[in-house]
This record gives sequence, C-alpha cells and structure tokens, in this order.
Amino acid sequence: MGRIDDVFLQRDSTAFIGFTVGGDPDQETSGRIARALIDAGTDILELGVPFSDPVADGPTIQRADERALAAGTTPDIVFAIVRELRSYSGIPVVLLTYYNTIFKRGVDRFYRDARDAGVDGILIADLPVEESDEVTAIAARYGIDPIFLVAQTTSDERIKKIADRASGYLYLVSVLGVTGVRSQVSKGAIDLLNRVRKHTCLPLALGFGISTPDHVRACNHAGADAVIVGSAIVNIVEKTKHDPEFMVQELKKYISAMKTAGHT
Amino acid sequence: MVKKGRFGIYGGQYVPETLMSALLGLEEAYGAIQNDPQFAHDLAAFHSEYAGRPTPLTFCRNASRELGCRLYLKREDLVHGGSHKLNNTLGQALLARQMGKKRLIAETGAGQHGVATAIAGAALGLPVEVYMGETDTQRQALNVFRMQLMGAKVIPVRSGTRTLKDAINEALRDWVANVRDTHYLIGSVVGPHPYPQMVRDFQAVIGRETKKQVMKKEGRLPDTIVACVGGGSNAIGIFYPFLSDDVELVGVEAAGKGIGTGEHSATLCAGDAGVLHGALSYLLQDAYGQVLPTHSIAAGLDYPGVGPEHAMLKDARRVTYDAVRDREVLDAFMFLSRMEGIIPALESAHAVAYVMKNADRFDKDDVVIINLSGRGDKDVAEVAKIQGCA
Repeated sequence: MGRIDDVFLQRDSTAFIGFTVGGDPDQETSGRIARALIDAGTDILELGVPFSDPVADGPTIQRADERALAAGTTPDIVFAIVRELRSYSGIPVVLLTYYNTIFKRGVDRFYRDARDAGVDGILIADLPVEESDEVTAIAARYGIDPIFLVAQTTSDERIKKIADRASGYLYLVSVLGVTGVRSQVSKGAIDLLNRVRKHTCLPLALGFGISTPDHVRACNHAGADAVIVGSAIVNIVEKTKHDPEFMVQELKKYISAMKTAGHT
Repeated sequence: MVKKGRFGIYGGQYVPETLMSALLGLEEAYGAIQNDPQFAHDLAAFHSEYAGRPTPLTFCRNASRELGCRLYLKREDLVHGGSHKLNNTLGQALLARQMGKKRLIAETGAGQHGVATAIAGAALGLPVEVYMGETDTQRQALNVFRMQLMGAKVIPVRSGTRTLKDAINEALRDWVANVRDTHYLIGSVVGPHPYPQMVRDFQAVIGRETKKQVMKKEGRLPDTIVACVGGGSNAIGIFYPFLSDDVELVGVEAAGKGIGTGEHSATLCAGDAGVLHGALSYLLQDAYGQVLPTHSIAAGLDYPGVGPEHAMLKDARRVTYDAVRDREVLDAFMFLSRMEGIIPALESAHAVAYVMKNADRFDKDDVVIINLSGRGDKDVAEVAKIQGCA
C-alpha cells in the first residue's frame, strides 16, 4: 500500500487534491505555496513539472509554466522542492508533466530520481494508455503509481484498459476542454463518474474546472472520491505573487472553504 | 512498420486522453476511404476541375545552362491557392464531410495552409477557423485578408513564441474542447497518427505525377529530387513514390542565420529525438526537453519539429538532409525569378538554393527535379523590405 492508497482508506469525505506548478513563481516561493496547501489540509499534492508547450492546459497554467521556466525551473529543481517537502510532511506527492520532459531525461532516470525525491505518483498529460507500456513497467519498478486521465470521450473499452494499468486514483477530466476555471460541474462529469464506477474500484478524482465550494459539494453528492483543483490555486498565486505573506493567507482561506464543502 | 502508426521508432499518438477517441475515429474513417472508389473519384474531380492538377513539370532552359544540369521544376506553385497545401486540405475536408463533422479548424504559419483550408472549406460548405501566431499575422497580413475574403475566421495566437508551434498548440486546445463536431485539419505530415500517413498519402499525388512526367520527357527516372522541409509535407509528397527507386532524394531545411547562431529551423540537421504535437520525431529542444524558439526567413519552415517519417528516412540514410541560410535563399529567390520568370515561395527557394550551392556535383546530363511547392507572391513585400526597395 502506498501513501496515495492510505488517503482513500475509510474516508467519509471527499479528498482534496491541490495542484501548483513546481517553481512558480520561483523555487523558494513554490516551496512555501506547497507548505501552505499542506497546512490547509490538502490530502494529495499535485506538482506540475513545467513544459514549454502544455497543450492540455488553459491560459492560467500556461502562464504559470512560463513563469516557472523563466525562473529557471528544471526537473531537478522540482525534485529538490519535493525532497524539501519530505522533511516537512508525509503527504502523497504526484508529479504532472508532459512526456517529452520524461523522455528527454530518460524514462528510467526520471522515475528513479522521482522515487529518490519522494514522489508517489506521476501523471503524463499527453501519454495515453496505448503508449504507456514502458512507462508503466518502469513506474512499477520504482513503486510509483501511474495516474491516468479518463475523459468524457473515452469509450468503456478503453476505460477498462486504463483502469487495468492505473493505480493510486483515476483522474476524470470533467470537461471537454483544457484546464481552467468553469462556472459549474457539468452533467457530463457526473455521467462520466457513474460510467467509470461500473468498471473499477480505484478511487475516482474529478478535475478540470473545479473551483468553488459548490462544485465540491456537487462532486461529493455524485460520489467522487476526490476533487482536483489547479487553475483556481494558480490564479491566487498569480494575483498575489508579489506578496508571499498575503498569498499564503489567501491560499489557506480558499482551501479551508473547499475542504469544508467536501465534508457535507 | 513496426507498430501501428510508427515509422521505425518514430510517430505514435502522444495526445491528451480527450482526443484519443477522435484519433481512433479518424483512423477508422481514413482506413475506410482508402478503398472507396467514390472518394477517389470525388477527390480526382476536385483535383482536375478545381485545383488545376496535374501541375506541369517545367524544364528550366536558362537555369539548366547556368547550373550545368537538366533542371526541372514540379509546379505546385500553380495549384489553386498558390501552393501544394490544397492537395491535403481538399482530401481532409472531403473526409471530414463524410465523417459528419460540422466545422474545420487549422493552424497556419506563412498562411498558405490557412488559405488552402479556407478554400476547401468554402468549396465544401464547411465553416473554417484558422489559428495563426500573432507574429505571423503581421508578417503575412495579405494571407490573413485572403482567408477572411473566403469566409474563414483568423484567430491570432498570443501564447508562447506567437508563431506556428503555438498556433498548433492552440488548435489542439480548441479540438480538445470541440472534438465531437470539429475536424482538426493539420497542414503537414506532423502530429499524431494517422495524420503523418494521411497527409503523406494526399500529397503523394505530386510524386506520382512527377514520375509519369519525367518518364515521358526524359525516358528515365531523375538522378536527384530536391524539396524544402519544414514539417515536410511537400517533400514527402514528391519523395514517397520514389522511395524504392535508385533516385537521390534531398530534403533542405532552414539554416536561418546559420546553425551555429541558434537562429534556425534545421530540425533534422541540428535536433535530436523528442515528442511534440503528438509524435516522436526529431525536435529542436534544450537539455531538459523544452522546445526551443526557431527562426527562418520563410514563415512556413519556422517550426521546431518535423514529420516522423522524415526522422526515419534520415536514420535509414534514404534521404539526405541539408540546410541553407536565409542569405542563400534570397539569392535563389532572385535567381529563379530572373532566369525563368518564376517567383518561388521563400520556402521553395530553399530547394533552389541547395541546387545552386551544389551545382558542381551535377553533370550536364543529370536530371534534377526541384519541388516548387509554392509561389512567391506572398513574400514579395517582405523581400522588398529586406532588399531595401520598399
């Protein structure tokens, strides 16, 4: 059992998965942001490894990637942020990135370095299950959970294939589109949740577009095991990046409200 | 092919999950039309009645004398719209209509593919939206207006480097959001499977015609075929029917201000293996896999990736890839205009520049074919500015 599995054992509330881009706006502040998310009760931390061409992401996270890259962020720096967090907390950490970042370093080396830093899971936004043979084998070697996306357009047949490969949780893409804040949780998202549930016992996390306590309540009522919030957090970081004290306060306030909604 | 959608180790489908069902659907629909006589008939009719195919294979009397070989141009500049791009857009638009798609989206760099998509959309009654880097909308303002005249909407892209690479990113994001009713009409042999194969097949008409024409004119196959390579669609289009023949094939990339300066787009000559826009191929990237900014005088070659089949052909040494600089390209642009009265697109002028630079290699009886992938009208203002004439 990994740290991610422990989060979902005997839960009576919706787990909160918080996303931030590693190195946004710089290495030091990024570490503070991660600690603020943890202090406010985040159950799983997702850390983006910035990429120059993030095609699955909307403008908010693209800008965060650009800020992080401009500050000189590399995978080594993201690993350093994780290592530092490990002396602070035992929270599960999942890296989100694009395949070229991993391919260029060498898949084995990337996963070994990630394991050594204390990473629990890795999600590759542009690696569908059909291309994942090598990655899942190596992930297993290093005890890292391969996290996969499931979309509204994913067929039942492919859901089964994905669920067979995945561990930790399944990341359900609640919208047709890229990451970014939306006004409500769509009926399509709830339908997807119910459809995937028929095929797997893995914890199901809804992400993309989730940003308000009302969204969290809707996901909770629909039976989601977790919600994933990214762009809303990154928005706070962007707006307050010149005042890290204020940023930490705002993040804690926001996450507490979201956590409370997950208990109803 | 080793694995579905692969060229050797290259190719594949590296896309967000939301797009997988669309790619599988496209793969299936494309498989179905490959043996559909009605589709072949419809496309052939568009080629002959609308696009102006077959295009001539023009013998260059003056340039041949000057360069010391028997030089021919495959005249894709005479295809309706001014470049080879329409071969592909007509094919994909017909396919999209057959699949019941209601909307076409496309990316464009120089604007030629955007124009060709606007033409195909107008001809087939499908609305078109074209993503174009903001920098390119300024460099190629005339093409923006041409697209708008034909009813297409041009969306300037302000993310990243604001050029072709970012236009593709934005088109992919649109497709992720509108995948059910929209067909993404990719303009080159790049992107996830089945695009590199499908676009090649639609462009291979260039090579098939060339083979017939050169056999008729010379009674033999050519010694050398030269084509410019950005994404690589015109090159693969003319090379493909000659791959098993004893013909030298040369792909010419953009060395920009010189490969040593870092300001170039010579992906195969200076890049290494990487994944961008859905495929494993060669890529211009830094030590961490971040995609590098590129430069070329020709907006259509200003791209850090290249089609995966070219990556395989390079590794297999079946095709030779070389690169020429902006300066040499301008000389070639002038040379062909003056010698033959044919103004080449700056992209195509890269192939002309290669032949000029390597003229010593050719005997006077050698048959050399350049794929003249587009006409240069779109570049005249830019060249005048560079030459200080405007």
